[in-house]
Formats: sequence, structure tokens, C-alpha cells
Amino acid sequence: MTQDFRELRLERVSRRFANPGQVAITALDELTIAIPRGEFVALLGPSGCGKTTALNCVAGLLPLSSGSIWLDDRRIDVLPPEKRGFGMVFQNYALFPHMSVRRNVSFGLRMRGTAAAEIERRVTKAFALVQLEGHEEKLPGQLSGGQQQRVAIARAIVIEPPLLLMDEPLSNLDAKLRLEMRAEIRRIHRELGRATVYVTHDQDEAISLADRIVVLKDGRVQQIAAPQEVYAQPANLEVARFMGYRNVLDLAVDDTSGDGVTVSGSGVRLKGVIKQPLDGGRAYAAIRPEEISLGAAGPNVIEGRVDNVEYGGHDSLIDVRTASDLVLCARVNAKPALGDTVQLTVPPERVLVYPHGAGA
Amino acid sequence: MSSAAEGVTRRAFFDSAWLLVSPAVLFLLLLFVYPFLYGFVLSFQPNEGGWPANYQKFFGDSRQLRSVYVTFELALPVTIINVGLALPIAFRLRRRTAYQRWVTTLLVVPITLGTVLIAEGMLTYFGPRGWLAQTLQLLHLYDGPIRLTHNYWGVLISLVISGFPFAFLLLLSYITGIDPVLARAAATLGANRWSQFRHVYLPLLAPGLAITFCLAFVQAFSVFPSAVLVGAPSGSTRVISIAAYEAAFEDYDYAMASTIAMIMGFGQLAVVAAVLGLRRGFYRGPVAGGKG
Repeated sequence: MTQDFRELRLERVSRRFANPGQVAITALDELTIAIPRGEFVALLGPSGCGKTTALNCVAGLLPLSSGSIWLDDRRIDVLPPEKRGFGMVFQNYALFPHMSVRRNVSFGLRMRGTAAAEIERRVTKAFALVQLEGHEEKLPGQLSGGQQQRVAIARAIVIEPPLLLMDEPLSNLDAKLRLEMRAEIRRIHRELGRATVYVTHDQDEAISLADRIVVLKDGRVQQIAAPQEVYAQPANLEVARFMGYRNVLDLAVDDTSGDGVTVSGSGVRLKGVIKQPLDGGRAYAAIRPEEISLGAAGPNVIEGRVDNVEYGGHDSLIDVRTASDLVLCARVNAKPALGDTVQLTVPPERVLVYPHGAGA
Repeated sequence: MSSAAEGVTRRAFFDSAWLLVSPAVLFLLLLFVYPFLYGFVLSFQPNEGGWPANYQKFFGDSRQLRSVYVTFELALPVTIINVGLALPIAFRLRRRTAYQRWVTTLLVVPITLGTVLIAEGMLTYFGPRGWLAQTLQLLHLYDGPIRLTHNYWGVLISLVISGFPFAFLLLLSYITGIDPVLARAAATLGANRWSQFRHVYLPLLAPGLAITFCLAFVQAFSVFPSAVLVGAPSGSTRVISIAAYEAAFEDYDYAMASTIAMIMGFGQLAVVAAVLGLRRGFYRGPVAGGKG
């Protein structure tokens, strides 16, 4: 397998599962994407959205139901996993429990019949890259979760794969280690200079790691875009919800002009932007808690009583209930008291309006 | 602090967990340890001669000594066949498929048949005028005489039929306990099917394989009914248990019978100890690939 490649291309890759006597389930529906060398792509979605299915299809662990996968001009979806030469990091690491850390890491090279001296050189390099020197002769069971994670990464990168696949590699680690390993993974990706496909259900992880995010839901692609865009301009209500737009208000459409729209209901009246063509008299307005602030500046002001306060150190997450029982969640710098009457404001360009047909 | 230390000391004298173990210990003492020691002592109290007379007599009698060879000659190949057949089949059936349950059921059926029933069936099927012989002759595939009963082969076949399901079930449970993600990880690292088996499954299976081998061997080594029913109990399949039976119930020499039983027991122990000793060289531990 050549290491020099321009891009990995997935063309309408689909995977259906069917049990005898049951309706077939489409786990992945026509995923098309081209990943150039050097790019870090995150597959993001809730559990059951098809992201691991997609990864397994690329790795060759699952056959495709339809579609094709190409590495430049070479069709690879017909090859068994051992012929593809992609490195894969599994969610539970899948380290060989009976082999020392060194033998785990050298496994891929030994399978390729690499010369002993070359194995030694590359394994040493891989240990240095994941900063695991000194643990070479231990068994995986003697390592901590974070160290096992590093062994799994070292084992996958030592074969110098054109593509590194990672299946929720941080989900078994505690919060602190997760942040450290996140930075590690980004560094390793940069140093390798190859492509990485990273599966996660954690939007923070996807945003901080990826050059591009593929948002999946029910096997379908919802949006493929850079993290900033997925974060600020979700393509539809599903993506918005998933990206942390916790306030989704069902309102009536009063007036539209170009991209601008005015929606109202339950005692509030908001100016916002249309993100998807509206299809009727009602619409959903999605607002991120972080973009609501205290005060009465601009056209969008909502008044209400503080219903709940979650103090979070440098800011607080508060629930504000309006006179007509609409509850808004906001992240504010102050720490208001329960029962206080406050005014909230949100800039119109941060009120994203989606059609009603997009689902509740 | 001091009271905790006292608590620890007290527990060393009497641990209430012993109460839970005591029925099993009592059972073992009464039904195994005592009869074993009784037989052991009895074997050194020959009807005539000094204390080692029975052992000297056994090892001096070529007919008796031969029964040890005969038994090993049967038990070792049978064990190797049973474990050797069970391993690839259990490996093939490690993943749940539509037909797995049926194949497993079919393979396990012989367990439900007694040795005697199997012997009866074999006499009808494999005998000189049995179905197999008749079919082969009818199809002119083989016209010579077929002697698969009342000799070595009869006992061997019978032991394979009755012993295979045990080996298969044991290995199946060991194999299905190995996390299949390990093999997938090996595949992504370039291991083909054989290498996945050789480098991942086999080493993790080695301890289970050793245990299966021991149990299958012990089972085959203590063969008695089929050696009589489908073998040649006075000749080529005069196994050691037949020798012990003859001493006890034909010569009424219980001391000699005990001696033979002891020799049989130590023969088994030698093989089991050798196999388990070999096992020490292999990895033993969890067979999953990381934090669960």
C-alpha cells in the first residue's frame, strides 16, 4: 500500500443490516466525501447514527451494501482489511493481552515481514511519538487506561498508514486525561501528516480536533463543514440541537425580508435569520445558551424570572421563565439569585430560524 | 487502629468463609480422599510377600504391563483426535449464525447417549454385516472385509463419538470468550485469517486447550465399557481398567486391584501434570483487549 496518496474518496457508501424476517435497517445512507492527505475528519453524531458503521466500512471490517471507496485511482472497498493497510484505534483499544507492549506495537510490522532492525527503529520512533518509553516490556494489563490508549495509537501508526481510523478512542478515559489525549492526538496527526478519520459523539471533541466535521443522524449526512461553520451555522435543526442549541422555540412567522425573519409567540418577539427555506406559518428558532446575555440591548429582549441556577465557576447556566411559561437557558457571567427578574438579550444574527417541517 | 489489627489476627484463626466451603470439603474427604488413601494403603498390603510385592508383580508381569501401553495407545490418539477435531469446528462456530445452534445441537447429541448405547449402535453400523459394510459392498467401493468392531478401532471410534462433544463444548466456551475485536484489530494490522488464528486466538486459547486436553485424556484413559463391548477385552484392548476389574472381581484380590488402580491414577496424573506444566509457559489472564 502506497503511503503517498492525494485523497481518500467515499462514493455513495451505504450499509444496510437485515435480519431474516425483519425490515432492513439502513445504518449508513450514501455517504460521499473526499478526504485529502493531511486532513483530520470527524464523524459526529448520536449513538446509532452510523458513524462507527462508516468507519468499519472504510477499515474493511464491514462489507458495503453499495457504493465504493477509492484511494486515489485504486478501488479499495473490495480488499480485505489486512490488504488496506489502514491503522485503526478501537474504542476498547483491543490490545493483544498476551503480548508485551513492544510486541503489540510491532505486530503490524511483523505481519508485513519487515526486517528486525527496521522494526526496532520504527517501534522506538513510535514509542517516542506517543511518549511511552520505559513501558515496552509490560503487558497491556499492567498499564493505565491512558497508557493503553497510547499503545493502541502507537500500534496503529507504526505501520505508517495513509489513513488513521479512530473509533471513539477517548470515551473510556476520565475527563482530565481525555483533554490531554485530545491534544496528543492532534499533535500526532500533525506530525504524521496523513489523513485521520475520527468517530465521536462528543461535539467538543469534534470541534477541537477536526479540520472538517461530518454530522450524521440515522445514517444520513446532515452537514459536512469546517468546525466553525457547523458550530455557528448548523445546516438544519437536528445539527443545531446536537451542536448545543438548547433553546428551540416553536414560534409563528410574522414577517420575512430576504434572510431576515421576525417570529413571535408566548409573549416573545424575536428577529432572526432564516437558515433553511421556511415552509409555512410556523418555525423553530434555535438559540445557543452562550449567545444570550443579560441586559436589554438590541431588538431581541426577553424578560423573565430566574428559575434555576447552575454555578459553573467562571459563568453560570440559568433557566429563565417568561410570564407565559416559556423557559430559556442562558450562560451568563453574573450569578443571579433564584427568583430575580432579569432581561435577556440575543443578537438577531444568532437567532437561527428553521422550517417547522424539519421535525420537533 | 489496634482494634482493626486485632480483627485481622482473629480472622486468621477462624474465617467464617470456611463454613461455606465445609460441605464440599467434607464431601471430598469422605468420597475421594478417604477411599483414595484406603486404596493406597491397601495396595501395600498384598495377599502374600512384602509391602511392594503387588507393584513388583504388576511390573514383572508382561501381560499386566501391556495393559498400561494399551491404555495409553488408545487414550492419547483419542484425545488428540477429539481436541484436534473440536478446535477447528469450535473455531468455525465461534460467531452466532443462523445454523450455529443446529450444528452445535447435532454435535452434542452423543453426550446424551450412554457408552453402552453407542456400542450397540456401532455393532449394528460398523459390524462385519453392518450398514456400512453392506453399503460399501453394494456400491462396490470396498469389497474386502470390514473389521471396525471387536478390536482397537472399535474402541477408538466409540471413544471419539462419546468424547468429542465434551472437548467441543469446552473449547467452544473458551473460544467464544475471546473478544472478536482482537482478531479485527489484527486484521487491520495486516494479519490474514491464519495469522489472526495463529497469533491471537491460539495463544489466548492455549490454557483452555490444555484443560480440555487433560479432561478429554482422563475421560479416555478410564475407558471400560466400550473396551469390553466393541473391543477385544482379552487381547488388543485389554486396558488397565479391565486389568483392575479382573483382579477385583475374578481373582478377588482387592489389594492387587487397588495397586492397579493406583498405577492407573499415577499414569493419568503424569500426563495431566505434564500438560499443565506446559501451560505455565503460556499467557494466562483476561482475554479481552482493554478496559471493558
